Formats: sequence, C-alpha cells, structure tokens
Amino acid sequence: MSNNQPKNFFYNVDWITVLLFIALSAIGFFSIYATVYNPEKMDGFSFTSSYGKQLIYILSGLIIGFFILLVDMRFFNALAPIIYGVTVVLLIAVLVVGRNVGGNQAWISLGGDFKLQPSEFAKFSTALLLSRYVGLLNPTFSDVKSILIAALIVGFPMFLIMRQPDAGSTLVFLSFMFPLYREGLSGYFLLVFLGMITLFVADFLIPIYVLIFIIIGIGGLFIYLNKRKRNTIILVALACICYLFFVKFAFNHILKTHQKTRIELILGLKQDSRGSGYNVIQSKIAIGSGKFTGRGFLQGTQTKYGYVPAQSTDFIFSTVGEEWGFMGSFVVLGLFLFLLLRIINMAERQKSVASRVYGYCVASILFFHVFINIGMTIGVVPVIGIPLPFISYGGSSFWGFTVLLFTFIKFDSNRMGLAK
Amino acid sequence: MTSFFIRKYTIQSLFIFIFFILVCNLFYIQVISEKYYLSANNNALRKNYIFPARGEIVDRNHKTLVKNQPIYDLLVIPNQVKNIDTLLLCSIVDIDLKGFKTRLHRARAQSNYQMTIFERQVPIENYAALQEKLFLFPGFFVQPRTVRFYPDSVASQFLGYSKEVKQSDIDKSEGYYKLGDYIGKSGVERSYEKELRGRRGITYMLYDAKNNPKGAYQDGRFDEAAISGKKLISSLDLELQKLGEEIMKNKVGSIVAIEPSSGEVLAFVSSPGYNPNLMVGKKVGNEYMALNNNPYRPLNIRPIQGMYSPGSAFKPLDALIALQEGVIFPNSTFNCPGGYKAGNHYVRCEHVDGKIDLRRGLARSCNTYFCQIFAKLILKNGYKNQKATYDLWQKKVRKFGIGDTLGIDLPFEKSARLFTSENYSKRYGKYWGYTNLISLSIGQGEINTTPLQMANIMSIIANKGYYIKPHVIKAIGEKKLISRKYTEKHYVDIDTTHFNSVIDGMQDAVNMGWGTATESRIPNIIMCGKTGTVQNSHGKNHSVFIGFAPRNNPKIALAVIVENGGYGGSYAAPIASFMTEKYINRKVSNRSINGSTLQMYKDANLLPKIKTKKPSVTTPQSNTTKITTAKNVK
Repeated sequence: MSNNQPKNFFYNVDWITVLLFIALSAIGFFSIYATVYNPEKMDGFSFTSSYGKQLIYILSGLIIGFFILLVDMRFFNALAPIIYGVTVVLLIAVLVVGRNVGGNQAWISLGGDFKLQPSEFAKFSTALLLSRYVGLLNPTFSDVKSILIAALIVGFPMFLIMRQPDAGSTLVFLSFMFPLYREGLSGYFLLVFLGMITLFVADFLIPIYVLIFIIIGIGGLFIYLNKRKRNTIILVALACICYLFFVKFAFNHILKTHQKTRIELILGLKQDSRGSGYNVIQSKIAIGSGKFTGRGFLQGTQTKYGYVPAQSTDFIFSTVGEEWGFMGSFVVLGLFLFLLLRIINMAERQKSVASRVYGYCVASILFFHVFINIGMTIGVVPVIGIPLPFISYGGSSFWGFTVLLFTFIKFDSNRMGLAK
Repeated sequence: MTSFFIRKYTIQSLFIFIFFILVCNLFYIQVISEKYYLSANNNALRKNYIFPARGEIVDRNHKTLVKNQPIYDLLVIPNQVKNIDTLLLCSIVDIDLKGFKTRLHRARAQSNYQMTIFERQVPIENYAALQEKLFLFPGFFVQPRTVRFYPDSVASQFLGYSKEVKQSDIDKSEGYYKLGDYIGKSGVERSYEKELRGRRGITYMLYDAKNNPKGAYQDGRFDEAAISGKKLISSLDLELQKLGEEIMKNKVGSIVAIEPSSGEVLAFVSSPGYNPNLMVGKKVGNEYMALNNNPYRPLNIRPIQGMYSPGSAFKPLDALIALQEGVIFPNSTFNCPGGYKAGNHYVRCEHVDGKIDLRRGLARSCNTYFCQIFAKLILKNGYKNQKATYDLWQKKVRKFGIGDTLGIDLPFEKSARLFTSENYSKRYGKYWGYTNLISLSIGQGEINTTPLQMANIMSIIANKGYYIKPHVIKAIGEKKLISRKYTEKHYVDIDTTHFNSVIDGMQDAVNMGWGTATESRIPNIIMCGKTGTVQNSHGKNHSVFIGFAPRNNPKIALAVIVENGGYGGSYAAPIASFMTEKYINRKVSNRSINGSTLQMYKDANLLPKIKTKKPSVTTPQSNTTKITTAKNVK
C-alpha cells in the first residue's frame, strides 16, 4: 500500500471534515472565553486561564491530527488490539490510583495541572478494535457467537467505566449499536432498545398494574390478529412485565440518590430549583434568554455572571444559546449534523469494511454526545455529564475526539486501499 | 455494497429526526417562550431604589423648621459574612453580641443571598468609624438615606411626623409606596405628603450568581434619578412660635395666631408638646408609646382638636349679629342689676353696672347686656317662631366658621359644636325657647370652638367682615403655588360700620381702666381684645383671650387658651400681650404685667395634678383623631 501512497501526506484528505472540526473548535474556544470573560479583570491573554488552556489543547490537537495523518495504515491495524489493551489497563489503573473528581474516579494525574481521563480514549480504542474485528471476519451478526464477541469488545471497557462510576461515559458505549446495526445486527435489537426506554419512562409515569393491563391488552390483540405467533407474543409480554419490575427494583436499590433525583426531575416527578434541577433550570434560562439573535458575544448576563454551573464544560452550549441565540444554536446543530451525515457518507465510500465500521463508530459516538449534551442543556434528557465534542472545555475529551476523528480522516484518505 | 446498505438511510434519518427535535425545542425556549428571558432578567438584573430626601419646611422668613439629616442603614448578605471581628462590629454599631446574633439570624431567615437590613439608622457619628473599617466586614453594606431633623425642636404638632410605610399604607397607595419608603402621618407631613415625598430613584444593576454587583445595566440608560421633595414655605413665624412654646411650657392649652389679611397661621402652639426629634430614629416606637400614654396627651393637636366653650370671647359676635339684625344700635342701653333672669336660669354678672351701652358692655364684659340682646334676637319674630329664629341665628353664627371645620391644610381638624334647632328639639322636646338657650349668649352651653376657630373670629373682626381660610403653607417649592381655596374671601354678611362699634368696645376692654382685658395692653400698640373665663366642671376655670392688633391695619389676630389658668386676665391676656408685641416689634420689651415678668409667666406651672395614675396612663390611644377634649360647662 505504502508504495502507492503519494509524497503529499494530505493527498485525499477530506478538507471539508477538517474545516468542520476547526469551525467547531473555534466556536468552543470563543464560548469558553465568554464564560470566563470579566471586563474588570481581563488583562491580556493568559495561558493559565481555561480559554488559554483550551487554545493549547486545540493547537496540540491539530498537531496530533497531523501526526495521525502521517502514520501508516498498517500501524492502526496492527496496533488495534494493543491500544485496546493499554486502554483497559489504564481503566483498571484509574480505579486503583485515580483521582476522584466530582464523585467519579475517572482521572489519572499526570503531574501539574494536567490529568488524563482514560474513558475519553476508551471510545477510540473500542471503535478501533471493533472495526478491526468486523473487517477481519465480516460477521453479519445473525449468529450468537459474533454478537457475543462484539458485545464483549464493547462491554468490557463499558463495565470498567461503570465501576468509576461514570454513567454518562458508560451510556456512550450504547452508540456502538449503530455500526453493528449497519453491519447486519437485527433491527429488533434497536426496537427492543427503544421499547426498553419507552417502558422505562412509562414505569415512572403510569401505575404498574395499569401498564400490565395495557401490555396484556395489546398482546391479546396481536394474538387475535396473528394466532401463529402466539407463543412469541406471550413471551414478549412476559419479558415486558418482568422488565417493569426490574426497573422499579433497580431504581430503588441500585441507583444512587443523585441519579434517582435526576431521573425524577427529567420525568417531571419533582420540582426543584435549587438542588439537582438547578443546573438545568439555569441553563434553560440562559439559552432561552438568547431569543432569536442572542445577546451578542460577551454580552450574556447569565454567562458573564456565572449563573450556569459547570458552564465551560458540560453546559457550554448555554453560552452559545445565550450569546448567539436561536440562530447560533441552529448553526452549531447544523454543523454537527453536517459533520455526522458527511462521516456516514464517507464511511460508505470505504472499500475496507473495517474503515466503514470505524466511520460509523465515529458518527455514532459524536451523535450520542451531541444529542445527550444539548438535550440535557435544554432539559429533554437527564443530566448525564458528557461533554459536547470539540466545544466543551477539557483536554482529554478534546484530544479524545480529535484522535477519533482524525483517525477516520486518515482511513478515508486511504479509502481506495483494502486494509487487512 | 452489501444488502444492508439501505440501513445507512435509516441511521441518517434517525440522526436528522433527533436533531429536528432538538431544534424544535430550542425554537420553543428561545423564540416562542418569553419565560426564560424574563427569568434571566430576574437572575441578573435588579432594581435598586434610591430614597429621595423629603422636602424641607421653612418658616415665613425662610428659617428652617425641619431639614434632613443623613443616616445609614447597615445591610447584610448573610452568606458572605465570613471571619469577621464580631466584637469590633458590635462596638462600632453599638450593639451587644446577643443583638448581633439575633440580627444576623433575622436576616438569614429572610434570605441568605440577598441584602437585608441588619441595623436601621446608624447615626452619622458611628457611620464615620464604620465606613473606615467596612472592608473588614465582608457581607456588610451601608445604604445612605435621610431622616428628619428639627434644629429648633419646635412646632411638633404643626409639622407632624413621618414614618416608614406599613403594609396597609402600601395597599392603599395601589403600589406607589414600597417597603422602606416614608410617609407623612400627621401635620404638614401628612397633608402635603404628595409635595414632600419627592420621587424615588431607580438604578438597574447587574449582579452575578454570588450577588456581587457588576455595574449598571446598559450604562444606566434606564435609571431614574431620585427627585427630592419640594420645599414648603410655611406661614409660621419661627421666633413667635418659639416664644409661644416657651411661655406655654408646663401649661395645658394652645395659642393660635393668624395674619388677618391673608389667613396665614403665624403661631400654632399646642401644649404640652413634645420634641419632634424624638419621632425620628431607632427608638421611635417606644417614644411614641410614651407620648401616647402621657396623661397630658402631648399628641393632641389642641389648636384644631381642643374644643372649648368660647365664653365671653363670644360676645363680640353676639353684638355684631344683633347690630346687623337691627335689634340694637351702638347706643342702645340696658340696665344691669348684676345679673339676668331667663326663666329658671339666672346669669350672674361680675359687677353691677346699671345703665350700660354696647361699647362699655363689651369692655366690661357685661353678661346682662348680652343676655338681653340674645333674647331680643331670638324673640325678634315672636314667641311662636323662636325655633325658626334660632335657626336663622345659628346659621349666621356658622358664617363665622363655627360649628364646622375651617378646612385648614392640616389633618384631623375637629368641627367642634353648634346645635341646630333640631338638636335642641331632641334634647328638650317640643317646648323650648330662648330661656333654655340663654347660656349661648355668653359663649357657654351647647357651643364649642377650637382655638383656631376663635382666632379666626378675631381675624374676621380685624378684617371688618371677611376671613380667608386659615392655612399653614404659603408656598410650595419655587413656584409659589397655593390653592385658590386659601385666597378666597369668605364674607360673613355684616356691614363694616357695625364692626367699628364692636372694635371700639374691644379696644376699651384692653386700653381703658374699666376694661376686663387690661393685662393684654402693649406699650405703643393698640390691641383690641376680649377675655374669657370659661367655667370648667373638672377644675379651675380656663383662661381665654382673643384679640387682634394693632387696631388700624391689623397684623395679627390671636386666641390664647390656658387650661386651669383662672381668669382670662390672669394668664391668657398677658401671654397674648407678649406674643403680639413680639410679632409686631420683633422683641418683647422688658416689662411686667400684674407684677410678673415674661420669665415668670414662662416659669409658671399650671399642669393639673393627675389624680388616678393607673387608668389614664395604661389606656393606649391608638390614634390622635380619637382624642376629644370637650370642655363644657353644663
């Protein structure tokens, strides 16, 4: 392969994707600048402030990206299991020697101010190994074995992250459903997944005996319509009912109090303006106060005066919403959607199955982050702390997404080759 | 291409669908709903009020009666209070450690994050020390405002007082007042509240999440400056008022002096009074209760609330009506055998005068003379029509401002009392006549007047036929605006010539050896007046004098009432003499009346002994309006 590779490293690089990456990073930088902006105390640019550090992350991210483009394709293929292994070791290490930040033991201190969050890189290594596996064996996920192997690759780091416990990052691993679905995993898995979410929500809003009554009713109707599938329908209905009881049990005995309250808040079971719901209320106020055109850069009162907690990290979108209004929010969402659809289109043009799977992994992980993060800032999904890709403040997450994306750009620049 | 290629579209559609949901939500909270925008303003934008200074009040010569003095409210944001030297703060603000704790606790109960009052009205002396060390006390702030200050401590009932608004005031004002505003509660402060209060200023300030101020909103474009209240120029003469209050010290009663040509009140003494500076400051509640429980009722506004029988001071009015009705002429004479018998009533004279005319009758205050003319007036239309004739008579008396409020620009004025024929019919049944009413002729019986009304009668006589409603404010602000109500002349429908006859008698009363009011004589000034000795069922007679001076082109008309002062000549007349001299000559000459100097009159103590301490002291009187001091003779 390398023989055919032209001298120009940037040959075939998808510049549109790179531009989208730069645009989103720039939006992130200015949004972080706005959150710490203080007209009384601003004296020149400072590299110790969060916007200064973010600039370092962005610039170093670009260098990382550049180096990824230099790396030979064979490197990724050969090292996928090793990178995965290292990540797993780090994830175990973090449970032993990690630093506890905000209730989650997710950080390894690297000396000084810098600390590493291995879970941000776990997505990358899992995506790499999963695509390598699919690329090598070409399973269609119609047999139990291939499903089990895929589940193991995804599930192992997922389990370790759950132990930290970092619910947000754990849930991100659900996004690997999409590449598997694309490769042949039955649509029933997605349906079952959606059904589980529906029943989960219904379990809190409707009394359980009413739900059971409804399930039996619907089941009865299906049996009346299609007598041959009677046993399957009865089985599904029973599974649904068991699931309802399991959710109730899990909620009461497994989840932590703050997780419970978050779920209750999002389902509207609780009103709380000072406790857990405070973030969401303040974030919605900030976003809503932007109106159509926004208050203007550095003019957002909620942003400037610190009304939204964790604004530079998980709630960075509230700055965009307040200072740039609906137009700005629309542009940011548009950029993300454009990026996602582009990655999928790029994935489909790969000759290599592994590259395609990897592309789908990247799109799905980004999608999941954007949906959950923006969804939580406007109160449509529960507050599960995961960052907004390229925009949220933070080195690990920025580098994690950069590596994730640039690896795909690298794959894509080599799309005509067939990776083994 | 695998057979699963189609799933690309499923996944892309799902992405687009989810993003569409997010955009719809954003569109709702950003564009459609106003709620979040308003909440954001609630978060960061706060209205701060600047309390305006109340208007100053000066006397007729532009000397200050009340001005403003800066004080400082100490505010606290409890959650910002950290590591402070509590004892130092206590010593500066002048509270004890326990007081500190309760205040902080109270503030916490209200809000932990917002500014609440820690200590009201820190005096300026303490403020200097506080300001210097305020940086040592994070979480504490001072807010300047002003309170009233009375440099001469005079005219308390005249000026009234202002207080912080209560919830009921706020409700009544339909949102004009806000907590922390001051409102006039009595006196000029109340009646001119709209002019005095000024306009509250507003600044819009931005605050961060920790409640630190972050500067003006949009460079103060929407701020409104506070506008101080308007200055009021009162008609009061500060020097005269001061003399009046000094001379009435340790006496119960009142002095009202009016400039007849304008109706302006020159002196408004209500005694016992109180130091108006007690009604400002932190301890106002205690001071108010103490005044309220004081048996001498210092909160009574006696010039407009005290109700006294006019007594002999009513006689000039008798004469005027009789002259106008033509029942007597100035030279008509009656025989005075030392009393007058009307039915079962016998009205006694102090002396036997024999044949007596109007001029001398007034000078000698001859009861018989006035009983005679009263009888003539009521019997003018025959015995049968006495009731109707009485009504005609009382209506003429009402023209002099008796029996109803005069409409002075002060609150809580009393109308006092004058009966109609209907009132008498209720009391006496069908059959009654002049014999039942004969006391009226000498200003006793069912007639009451306030000191203001008495002074106003003198004003009418001085003006020879009209009065201008007495008022206490000459001008508002720089524009010299004054209501037309206080420039109109109210005629009493009595010919000018008749006044001359009455004034002759009043001049003699003061200036002739046989007069009853010789104690009110003033060197080189012709005073015209009339004494009254009002019988009082509760104790010693009330001493009354009414008069005006000088005879030609009168400058001052006044009424002096000294409760339990005995004869009109013993206290009221000398006091009137000193007051008039002071006003006209701007000083009191060194002289004595009845062998007593001015200082001796000042020193005299005529306060009645309080017999039963308990009931009167412990019964709190919540409102000055309820206080009535009807002093009747049966």
